[in-house]
Amino acid sequence: MLTLSHFLILGAILFSIGVVGIFLNRKNLIVLMMAIELMLLAVNMNFVAFSHYLGDLSGQVFVFFILTVAAAESAIGLAILVVLFRNLQTIHVDDLDSLKG
Amino acid sequence: MEFKTAVFYFLSAILVFASLRVITARNPVHAALNLILAFFSAAGVWALLQAEFLAISLILVYVGAVMVLFLFVVMMLDINLDRIREGFWSYLPLGAIVGLVMVAELGAVMAANYLGVLETDAPQAVAGASNTKDLGRLIYTDFVYPFELASVILLVAIVAAIAITYRGPKKTKYTDPAEQVRVRAKDRIRVLQMPAEKQD
Repeated sequence: MLTLSHFLILGAILFSIGVVGIFLNRKNLIVLMMAIELMLLAVNMNFVAFSHYLGDLSGQVFVFFILTVAAAESAIGLAILVVLFRNLQTIHVDDLDSLKG
Repeated sequence: MEFKTAVFYFLSAILVFASLRVITARNPVHAALNLILAFFSAAGVWALLQAEFLAISLILVYVGAVMVLFLFVVMMLDINLDRIREGFWSYLPLGAIVGLVMVAELGAVMAANYLGVLETDAPQAVAGASNTKDLGRLIYTDFVYPFELASVILLVAIVAAIAITYRGPKKTKYTDPAEQVRVRAKDRIRVLQMPAEKQD
């Protein structure tokens, strides 16, 4: 029988894969954004699971809002990436040092 | 094993495999395609949880819009694959340790709180109930104000994305006075010597 913990552990595994992805691909801005999407997906998975098992639809409404914000975030992030590439001819993270951070 | 459980394990296996491929794929295009597979499997898992509306909107919004945007950008940019992969394996031990610690911590928290507590199955949906209808009723009554805010966020995202990438013509007819003062006649007029044609 499927229990809540099945879904929570699946979400935990997904979230950890996203975090490890950020560690592994820290030179690659595009895959970094994909890893962020994976982490958001894991969080949404937890929301949907709790919403189902507690019988409260508010969790699903929250997932709806997270989807909205994530779509806006990736659209703006990709726009920044395109402008960056147009100006610098590279998206290598090591080359983005004009702020000397 | 119950059929639903088997479906869950099948979808989760694909989901975990696809997400592992996302973070290890050499080519960003392959990573994006694997992320699409991951979203499809996640939509399947959500459908198992009777969240049909969110499952469909995950496919429509993410696979249909966001991932197409990702593929667009990935294919448009000229990426040096070798340079972008450097340091991948040297970061692996640290990343693996952090990942394992996180799984252990999350697992411990969940084992303490949820393993065995909610062993019962979820409350079954009433026959004829529609997830989309209930969700819509909730969004347009209790959550109507956040819903309006979400639309404003989308509008801001549209305006921002266009404003950032816009490089159309400038609408002002601006002239440079210094350039006008510097102009001399010989820059504007060129006198050509042409041999006269013979009359018959």
